[in-house]
Amino acid sequence: MTHATLLAAAGEITSTSTGEAAVFWILAPIAVLAAVGMVLVRSAVHCALLLVANLFCVAVFYMVQQAPFLGFAQIIVYAGAIMVLFLFVLMLVGVDSSDSLVETIRGQRLGAAIFGLGFAGLLVFPIGSAIDGGSAKGLDKANEGGNVQAIGRLLFSNYVFVFEAISALLVVAAIGTMVLGHREREGGRVGQRELMRRRFTEPGRRVTPLPGPGVFARHDSADTLGLLPGGGRASGIGGIPGIPGTTEESSVTDLPGGRAASDTPGAPGTPGMSDGRPGSAGPGGPPGSRGPDRPGGPGGSTPSAPVPPAPTDGAAADSGAGGAEPVDVNGSALAGAGKGEER
Amino acid sequence: MNPANYLILSALLFTIGTVGVLVRRNAIVVFMSIELMLNAVNLTLVTFSRINGTLDGQIMAFFVMVVAAAEVVIGLAIILSIFRTRRSASVDDVNLLKY
Repeated sequence: MTHATLLAAAGEITSTSTGEAAVFWILAPIAVLAAVGMVLVRSAVHCALLLVANLFCVAVFYMVQQAPFLGFAQIIVYAGAIMVLFLFVLMLVGVDSSDSLVETIRGQRLGAAIFGLGFAGLLVFPIGSAIDGGSAKGLDKANEGGNVQAIGRLLFSNYVFVFEAISALLVVAAIGTMVLGHREREGGRVGQRELMRRRFTEPGRRVTPLPGPGVFARHDSADTLGLLPGGGRASGIGGIPGIPGTTEESSVTDLPGGRAASDTPGAPGTPGMSDGRPGSAGPGGPPGSRGPDRPGGPGGSTPSAPVPPAPTDGAAADSGAGGAEPVDVNGSALAGAGKGEER
Repeated sequence: MNPANYLILSALLFTIGTVGVLVRRNAIVVFMSIELMLNAVNLTLVTFSRINGTLDGQIMAFFVMVVAAAEVVIGLAIILSIFRTRRSASVDDVNLLKY
């Protein structure tokens, strides 16, 4: 009988199964590459993801080596809880806080690389020379009633005091975290009364609620109209040329009051409605300015304006109303768009 | 394949973790490197447990895992409280006790 068969008869393993070898040679390079990448990559989030990859590889190694309980604990505790904690702190501290590339100690990186090579040689070569006579007894006998049961039995018999000490350590860690993370509140408690007072007294605060969802208006007053589905404005804001959406698409749009939203910028005699502002158009305008000329001027509602209802051509509508234009303005010869701005 | 190959792998991982602790300046990444070193040691313990045929190595790895969890929690709380006062997570900016 050779030495190997003697060992096999004694229940020892000198070489593992082919499946385990395949798992090892596939996952070991991935683990090492992930670890190297974790050291080299600049962004801290990428570091965390590479560390997760490494932890998963190590968990598979645990499972392959007859330690399924530790493998699953590794995935749940490390890759789950601890990495989530890391990512939480990363997001709190700020993702963009990447490392500075300035070496504060001169030659530190070179020294660290040399140290790493030497350390790896110091660790690896003795192990490599010891591998020749290496043999494993295997855990088949120890794991007989199941790995978890065996660990539990050992944990609560031989290691029960260590277990108690570890649980005390966890309690101390939890309390210490609370002490470290605690922050005293500065000033008193802010109640509802204080919040309401602040809402109305602080400058720059918005008193009204925001416009409802789907209303793409920067403002919810009636003089600033929202955007059309096509992206154009329902009514030109001052008729600015060159802004997409202020051209033909919006010029033919009918506004709810039957007014035509015409924003041709310099259209002659645009009757003061190009802005759609109550201050410059019909009902809300100053009564004295156009009261004598317009029949329904001060009190008249918008449909009774001289513009024919729902004109499709802005220019035609403007020329139709253009006759009233010089009379309309009290003395000043203003263009239509400018008139709206002036008031 | 010999089971002791796991030992070489964990030696490599431990070395990489050490270099990471030495090189990196971000405190959180330094912590991640420490986690890497702890995992390498755990892999060693599990492999030795298999080689020796007893479960004591796995128990030890389990305890190391618990201690690592407690250490991470405290360490991240310290990093957060430093960040609150110094507005930075770099290990170079914590130099108040230096001179």
